[in-house]
Formats: sequence, structure tokens, C-alpha cells
Amino acid sequence: MSLDTRVETPRKLTRKEQRAVDSKTRLSSPAASIIAVLIAIFWTVPTAGLLITSFRPAADVRRTGWWTVFVDPEFTTKNYVDVLGTSNVADSFFNSFIITIPAVLIPIMLALLAAYAFAWIDFRGRNALFAFVFALQVVPIQVTLIPLLSQYVQWGLDGTFWTVWLSHTIFGLPLAIFLLHNFMKEIPRSLIEAARVDGAGHVRVFFQVLLPLLVPAIASFAIFQFLWVWNDLLVALVFAGPEYSPITRVIATLSGSFGSRWYLLAAGAFVSMVVPMVVFLSLQRYFVRGLLAGGVKG
Amino acid sequence: MLWLLKPETLPEKFAVMILAILLFALVMGLVLAVVDRPKLPKWVPVAGYLGPAVLLITFGLLWPGMLTIKNSFFSRTGADFVGLENYVRIFTDETFVTVIINTLLWVAFVPTIATALGLVYAVLVDRTRVEKFAKTLIFLPMAISMVGASIIWKFVYEYKPASQPQIGLMNQVMVWLGLEPQQWLLNPPLNTFMLIMVMIWIQAGFAMTVLSAAIKAIPDEIIEAAKVDGVTGMKLFWWVTVPSVRPAIVVVLTTIAMGTLKAFDVVYTMTGGNFNTSIIANEFYIQSFNQGQPQIGAALAVILFVMIAPIIIYNVRQMRISEGER
Repeated sequence: MSLDTRVETPRKLTRKEQRAVDSKTRLSSPAASIIAVLIAIFWTVPTAGLLITSFRPAADVRRTGWWTVFVDPEFTTKNYVDVLGTSNVADSFFNSFIITIPAVLIPIMLALLAAYAFAWIDFRGRNALFAFVFALQVVPIQVTLIPLLSQYVQWGLDGTFWTVWLSHTIFGLPLAIFLLHNFMKEIPRSLIEAARVDGAGHVRVFFQVLLPLLVPAIASFAIFQFLWVWNDLLVALVFAGPEYSPITRVIATLSGSFGSRWYLLAAGAFVSMVVPMVVFLSLQRYFVRGLLAGGVKG
Repeated sequence: MLWLLKPETLPEKFAVMILAILLFALVMGLVLAVVDRPKLPKWVPVAGYLGPAVLLITFGLLWPGMLTIKNSFFSRTGADFVGLENYVRIFTDETFVTVIINTLLWVAFVPTIATALGLVYAVLVDRTRVEKFAKTLIFLPMAISMVGASIIWKFVYEYKPASQPQIGLMNQVMVWLGLEPQQWLLNPPLNTFMLIMVMIWIQAGFAMTVLSAAIKAIPDEIIEAAKVDGVTGMKLFWWVTVPSVRPAIVVVLTTIAMGTLKAFDVVYTMTGGNFNTSIIANEFYIQSFNQGQPQIGAALAVILFVMIAPIIIYNVRQMRISEGER
């Protein structure tokens, strides 16, 4: 698909082609291909097995392995109907949305403002304060849970959505500020200064000049935070009341209590995984960009 | 007003959510409107922009972190100073020693194997026709929760007695090979390695993505020069590719090491820490919230912190060095 772009620059084409040919000669040895295929199989077959299982009739799941569907195919959606009817799976699916949406929006907004100040307002102690925020990424959230919980209990807010949102916001902030600051620094200074000279206040510069340029960066962090909050178990276990549990927590509990009822557990697991998978596959580009900005560039 | 704290029906829950977002927008709007008035001293806008974030971080990370460090030196009720007693117990009690050994096994094997596999795979699929698809396959486990991944693998490890047909793939493979099916998650020390495998499966995609980008950034000239000198195949990999992406490898190793130390979901979901599989992150949860031993939990959290901090510092210094090289 990227062939078209290569044609425009003939010299590069030959080089890239040369390298493509070279990489072929060094890698299309049968051993290399076999290793690659083996890794790919190892990374996909377990998921495929559970996916197939989630669509097999309960009696079959109990008696035979999922690989037998290739000789004896029989499928049903009953497991999904059943698991959504069981206890609190459907409720928790919506709880996950209710927890995740504010827990993504709020830290982004707070982090954008903080990153703006760090990047574009000169004030004394700026570097020290930025180092402070950066350093707090070191703190594993385990260290904070019990004192935070007792504080929430004191306020009479424990077990509510409010403390779950607040906790996710706090835990997401250091990385958010750091990532957005990195992206913001790359915007040319002249652009900001031109707007300032024209008499625009910080708020106007922020909303009219910076925000449109930052959409990809915001998307990157938003996906991170979305996946992190949706997939979180620890914060949910500690801070969410049972009736506000997100789906990960419910599925983790079912994993113990369903024991051998794999037909239900398989379907439940995929209900919990479908949303992050869709988000991830449709926005993969932004996710990778964020990963590289945070993971390599620092 | 009770429904604001304890909404019961779905519409109530969504209403509370929308209200929370609107409330937040309103407060932030007010703050911005105040600090944007002209001719205010400079610290006012700075406080307006940084204040909320810095306050939250101080309240939610710094302060509770310091309290936990303090609590780790106190008795269960927090009334009596006990010095290092909690730590002494962790490092002498047999159960806790197992937990620490397991944690060290995790942090030794997960980053190294995940990074090695990610690197090999990135090199193998680099510039092939199926590259994008092949990478998505390895990457996908990163999108799903560790809970989901744990259930996927728990099913792979599922055990039935030899007399019955197997439903877990791993034991079916054993049967096909003419071996006895195993209780993969029950027998130490094998079960810890079975859990480690799951974490490797989750983390390899991250390693592959970052290293793949690093490989693509190797200048063509270096590769060509090596080729002219007759360096190909495995030699090219060891003497050109690996040294060229060394800074990225360090970053990946350290990032995965930190993730591994903090993650408790896999152990919690697959074994609950039973059968000698617990690690510090999981034991912290059990001691704090199930066993009613928050002082031990606090000490475990501090140990976790002490293990993670040097890795982050090293990570940051490496990033500085690699940025300086560029």
C-alpha cells in the first residue's frame, strides 16, 4: 500500500528496494520464516481457542476441545445471551463506560492546562516543578491505595463513582502531563509568540492555536488512558462499590466462581474485551505514536 | 441528593456521569475566566493552569505515599512504632520469602524473554509484505485486559484427568505427544513459570513495536557498509542491528520490568496467589484487603517502590544518553 509514496522519489526507491531485497535474502531462510510463524501462532491460537469456545454449545465445551469444531462444527450465541443475563455482567459492562468516560476526559483537560503552563509560560521554579511531576511517575499506585481509601471513607465518599474517577484522574496525570508536554514542546515557538503579540491571552492561544495542533497527541493519550482505565482491576477492586464494579472485576470474580463453566466464562471474557479491541484496532496509529513518544523519546 | 452518591438505575448512573463532566467543565471554565483577565500578576495564571494538577498529584500520590512509608514502620493499628519489624517479618517468614523469590523470577524472565521475542519478531517481519498484519497479531494482547489474557491462558492450561478428553490445548498437546496431562497451575515451581509465560505474552507486543521503530530508524548507510564488508544474516543481526537499537532495548527492558513489578492482575485472576505463586504486587493486595494486615501491605508496597525507583532513574538516564547521541 505504501508503494505509491515510494514511486515519487526514484533514488529512495532503489535504495529501499535494495534493502527490501537484502532483507529478503537474509530472512527468507526457511528457519527464519518458521520462527516467525511459530511466534505468530503462539500469540493468536490461545485467543482464537477461547473465542471459538464462546460460540460452542455448553455441552460440547464440557466434553471436547475447541479444536474439534473443525471436524464437527456447531455454533450458538446462547452463551452470550446467558452470560449477559447472569448476575451483573450487563450492568458492569455499562459501569465500565460510566467509569471510563470521565476518567479519560478529566485528566486530559487538567494535563493539557498543566502541560501548557510548563511549556509556554515562563515562571520561577518551572523546571523543579516539572521534575516533581515527572518523578511522581515512580510511585507505584499500590503505595497510595490505603491512605487514599481511608481519606475517602472519612469524607463518606468511599465506594462511589466519584472516588473512582478521582483516583483514575490522579494516577493518569503524571504520564498525561509528561506526554502532552513533549508534544507541545514541538510546536514552533514563533506560532505562540505571534498570537501573543496580536494580543491573544493564554486562553485564546490555548484553544485557538494549540488545541487544533494537538489533536493527534490528545488522541494518543486518550487511547492509553481509555485502555488503562477500561482494563484496570486494582483501582476497581479497592475503590468501586460492588454495585459499581466495572466488567474486569466481575469477570475476574467469575473466573473463580464459574469454575468449570467455561462456556460462560469465555463469552463473558469476550464481552469485556470487545470494546478495547475495537478502540485499539481502529485507532492503532495513534496508540503506536503515543507509545513511541512515551517509551523511546522519554 | 442521595442518588448523586448512590445512583441505582442505569439512567441515574449516566446522569451522575454527565453531571460530573459538566461540573468539572464549569469549574475549569471559571478558573480559566478568572486567570485570563489582563494585568494580573504572573503567578495567577500559573496557579490557575498548574494548580489543579499539582494539587491532585500532591493529594493523591505524594501525601499517601509518605503516609504508607510511615505506616510500614508502625504496628497494625498504627499506634505503636515498631521500627523494622514488618520488614524483618517479610524477609524471614517463609511464605513472604517465596513471594520475593517469585517476584525476582518474574522480573528476571518477563522483560528479557519478552524483549528478545519482540526483537526477533520485529526483525523477521521487517519490510515483509505481511508486516502490518503480522505485527497486529502480536500487539493485540496489549489491548485486552490482563484479566482477559489470564482467562485466555487459564483455558489453555485447563486440566482433565487422563481418562477424559482434554479441553485445554496445552494438555491436549501433551496427550498428542504421548505424555501425561499436567496440573499446570497447581504444582510449584512450574506454576510460577506458567504465569510468567502469560505476562510475556502480554508484554512482547510493546517490545516489538518500540524495537521495530528503532530498527526502521537505523540509517541505510550503516546497513550498506556492513553488507559491503560481507556481514550478513545472523552476524548482521548481532553486530549491526542489536548494537544500533541498544538504547531502545534498554528502555524496553526497564519499562517492562516496571510493568511486571506493578502488575497483580495475572496472579490474582489465575491462582489468587495460592500454590506458592504470589508476587509482591499481589501479596500487597491480599495482606492489605483480605488478611487485615495493612502494616505488612504498607511494607510490601514500600519494597515495591524501592525496587521500581532505581529502574526508573536508570531508564531516564539512558533516555538522556540516547537523546544526546542523536
